[in-house]
Amino acid sequence: MTMRPDPTFHASPKLAMEAPVENFAYTVLLSPDHSKPDALAVIDVKRGSPTYSKIVHTVRMPNKGDEFHHFGWNACSSALSPLAGHAFLERRYLIIPGMRSSRIYIVDTKPDPTQAKIHKIIEPEEVFKKTGYSRPHTIHCGPEGIYVSTLGGGGKDGTDGPPGIFIMDCETFEVLGRWEIDRGPQTKHYDFWWNLPRDYMVSSEWALPPQFENGIVPEDLLSNKYGHRLHFWDLRARRNVQTIDLGANHQMALEVRPAHDPIREHGFVGVVVDTTNLEGSIWTWWREGGKFHIEKTATIPPEPAPKDKLPPLLQGFGAVPPLVTDIDLSMDDRFLYVSCWGTGEMRQYDVSDPRKPKLSGSVRIGGIVGRAPHPNGQAFAGGPQMVEISRDGKRVYWTNSLYSTWDDQFYPQGIPGAEVMANVGANGGLELARDFWVGLPDGYRAHQIRLDGGDCSTDSFCYPSV
Amino acid sequence: MSAAGWTLAWLWLAVIASGLYHGINPGMGWPLAVSAGLMQRSSRALVAALGPLAIGHLLAMLLVILPFAMLAALVDWQRPIRIAASLLVIAFGIFRLVDRRHPRALARIPPAQLGLWSFAVAIAHGAALMLVPIYLGLCEAADADRGHAAAGALINANLTMALLVSVVHAGAMIIAGGCLAWLVYRYLGLKFVSRSWFNLDAVWAGSLVLVGAVALVLGVAA
Repeated sequence: MTMRPDPTFHASPKLAMEAPVENFAYTVLLSPDHSKPDALAVIDVKRGSPTYSKIVHTVRMPNKGDEFHHFGWNACSSALSPLAGHAFLERRYLIIPGMRSSRIYIVDTKPDPTQAKIHKIIEPEEVFKKTGYSRPHTIHCGPEGIYVSTLGGGGKDGTDGPPGIFIMDCETFEVLGRWEIDRGPQTKHYDFWWNLPRDYMVSSEWALPPQFENGIVPEDLLSNKYGHRLHFWDLRARRNVQTIDLGANHQMALEVRPAHDPIREHGFVGVVVDTTNLEGSIWTWWREGGKFHIEKTATIPPEPAPKDKLPPLLQGFGAVPPLVTDIDLSMDDRFLYVSCWGTGEMRQYDVSDPRKPKLSGSVRIGGIVGRAPHPNGQAFAGGPQMVEISRDGKRVYWTNSLYSTWDDQFYPQGIPGAEVMANVGANGGLELARDFWVGLPDGYRAHQIRLDGGDCSTDSFCYPSV
Repeated sequence: MSAAGWTLAWLWLAVIASGLYHGINPGMGWPLAVSAGLMQRSSRALVAALGPLAIGHLLAMLLVILPFAMLAALVDWQRPIRIAASLLVIAFGIFRLVDRRHPRALARIPPAQLGLWSFAVAIAHGAALMLVPIYLGLCEAADADRGHAAAGALINANLTMALLVSVVHAGAMIIAGGCLAWLVYRYLGLKFVSRSWFNLDAVWAGSLVLVGAVALVLGVAA
């Protein structure tokens, strides 16, 4: 409890863009073979600092095999909601779920990020007992506290009941229980986000645990058994109000990125692969006349490749699918960044007209066949994956691992962890920064990045930019 | 002015002052009016949002004060009622001081239901309770001016007074909140929302205890 709202809470996206730039990037590190405990790396991103682009602190967890993936803050700009009427929280604790263990770590980043330490550990049993869900994943801070999406239901393999979202108290971190009152036809889960004043949530579908924990299941993919629907919810009523099927061939609808400015009633979702032609695609959804609509607004073609350069999984296709595994929208809702983890490309689309994305920039790095090195000469294994944008939109950071077992199928030669950054031109365009290269400790891979003071996939706003 | 006249004036001033105080508190809803104006890009929407906010606040006042208006007709019990009301306000203030958790329940009210939200927030924070000792004081002061009347007439007089107190208070509240919302919307900008937002939990709880204590002292002394 504080006397003033946290200075990193902003009423509108515009105010967030004008705020001081980021000094630290938190990145989760995972040990793919579970030989070491997973960790949180604190990276110095302050230009001119002697330790620029280096890890300045590491928080190692006391357990092994957690499998870190996504994580998030205990509080963000959503705390300025006029409805809560109580903005006195601190952006202080990082909520880091273990996607394989279902354990959740709460890391305290104060008094200084370089002294970050574990504040609390929520054991898997508590999550199972209080929610009936397992495999916690995406974190968002909202009206009722911390919302955590999960990928599994109950039981050993997480298929006893559907996965969903549960709520945690934003101060005590007590697991409070399931969020949904009426889930409608929703049976799979991945990402979710919302428009707070308009009072709706959007959620997406990846797969059930048996479809991802031991690697991608090619038969399931080719028979279109991965997720391909979007669910729209009444946020306060906790009710599914509409489900849209993208078509069964559009396998794995992952990241949901609504416009940050709550006056805009649209957003984007990325589809990993179209099983009819290996394309990746971007979809734009919007609300009009009380109903949600969606259409495919950009496609990224696969790239033909000789069989001997492909991993066994892809040899039958003779091509590399782009694999759109993450997308992220800049704070001003102008540029959408699209990770093509298969072909090794980071794309930038100008989405000023949301239903007509225009390719405005691209860099090639890594890739299953391309294997493009970093401009500093270092080899970059894997491809661009989790992407995070600075609040001012001028810097884009990303890492290279997707998920332990899937990494091994698409990149059998291994993926040493790396984190890079690209500078954005005033009117778009993207260029890798030669002087930013975070080499991660041996045996670790990197996944999501969080910036101190908030970033473009964390903060949700209650007032429009004016 | 007579001593009773002064008492009356001070009590009315307290009704207005508490209204202004509630109005400028962001927790009572003026940022919602700013949000409505910005989301619909119209100053009319801002003004329109003030309506349900004021009505919700007014109904919360009436709901809490009306039972006391009925009770106040029991002339012989006036003193114990005043003391009990004071103790109730003090107890609620102490509860607010002790229970300092981030509130969650209010966030469940849909943004479209501003009136309900305003009503719930005024009840939950004890905004209406704060008026009860002032109201009882007003009833007594008015009664003293008139001399004892029949119970029926007294109830009527008390009900009129309850309505008057609630309307004046809610009026002051919405004028203060509305002006602030307009200033932020038109001139000060959204930065003012986070900059001006102080944690008034302790001050608020303290005001409840203070109002209750003053009423208690006066009630015991009477």
